[in-house]
Amino acid sequence: MSGSVLHWFRFSSPATFYPIAGRLIPVFWVLAALFGAAGLWIGFFIAPTDATQGEGYRIIFVHVPVSWMSMFLYLVMAIWAGIGLVLNTRLSSMMAQALAPTGALMAFLSLWTGAFWGKPMWGTWWVWDARLTSELILLFLYLGFMALQASIDDPRRADKASAILALVGVVNLPIIYFSVIWWNTLHQGASVSLTKAPSMAQTMLWGMLLMSLGYWMYSIAMALTRLRAIILEREAHADWVTRLPELTKVPR
Amino acid sequence: MIWDSLEQFLAMGGYAVYVWPSIGACFLMGFVELLMVRRRHNRILRRLMQEMVANEGRE
Repeated sequence: MSGSVLHWFRFSSPATFYPIAGRLIPVFWVLAALFGAAGLWIGFFIAPTDATQGEGYRIIFVHVPVSWMSMFLYLVMAIWAGIGLVLNTRLSSMMAQALAPTGALMAFLSLWTGAFWGKPMWGTWWVWDARLTSELILLFLYLGFMALQASIDDPRRADKASAILALVGVVNLPIIYFSVIWWNTLHQGASVSLTKAPSMAQTMLWGMLLMSLGYWMYSIAMALTRLRAIILEREAHADWVTRLPELTKVPR
Repeated sequence: MIWDSLEQFLAMGGYAVYVWPSIGACFLMGFVELLMVRRRHNRILRRLMQEMVANEGRE
């Protein structure tokens, strides 16, 4: 037991994780491309036309995946920030910092694609509806986390302050998720539920799930790439950084 | 295959102005994010290399 704990703590050292992340990134890019291509193929060439929404419903193949990712990434970010706060592990806080911009992009794309879906179906780009408003708050939470991090010069203090913001913001996640049940909203209910059979054609479901997997892999690849930059920025004067092959092999 | 022609595919049953900006934004923003992150990584690598050169001169 203690052996395995030690083993995992070894990976929490930036010096160990930096080269590992470098080797993992291409794998996640390939997976993202494969899942994304398969999802788009099914979504745009195989899935049938929707009975009520015609071809306009095809926005679902990006809208639902980015919306799921916006919530999921926030949860992961808050967990890493919380671990960094409690265990004082540097890499955990850097992970949270690396996830925030990608999460913010997912929240933005969720609102953007939602607006382009809302216009033809509801007749409006935006409405102050519970689902839409809570998703907008999620975007602001991401931006607040990033701004707070950037506004405090000492990185460790910035980690602590932004971790508390991230943890408090978690309360918004169930609000987003259950908003379509708790309030009367214009937004339709969940398309996919763990408790009942999906209310859509199998191919539509597959397209959505594959696109979600693709976005998941994309987010990991992107967060790891950003994490490597953050590690170097923060550990600039560490001994292991000066011995990096990227820095020593380059001809001057 | 559910489409008879490229025109039909691009028209998206009349929803082209809503479907394509959604898909396009996802592709474009993903690409922009990748460029920004790679630039950030290259910037710090360049800075570290300059610092190493400066330090060597001093020693």
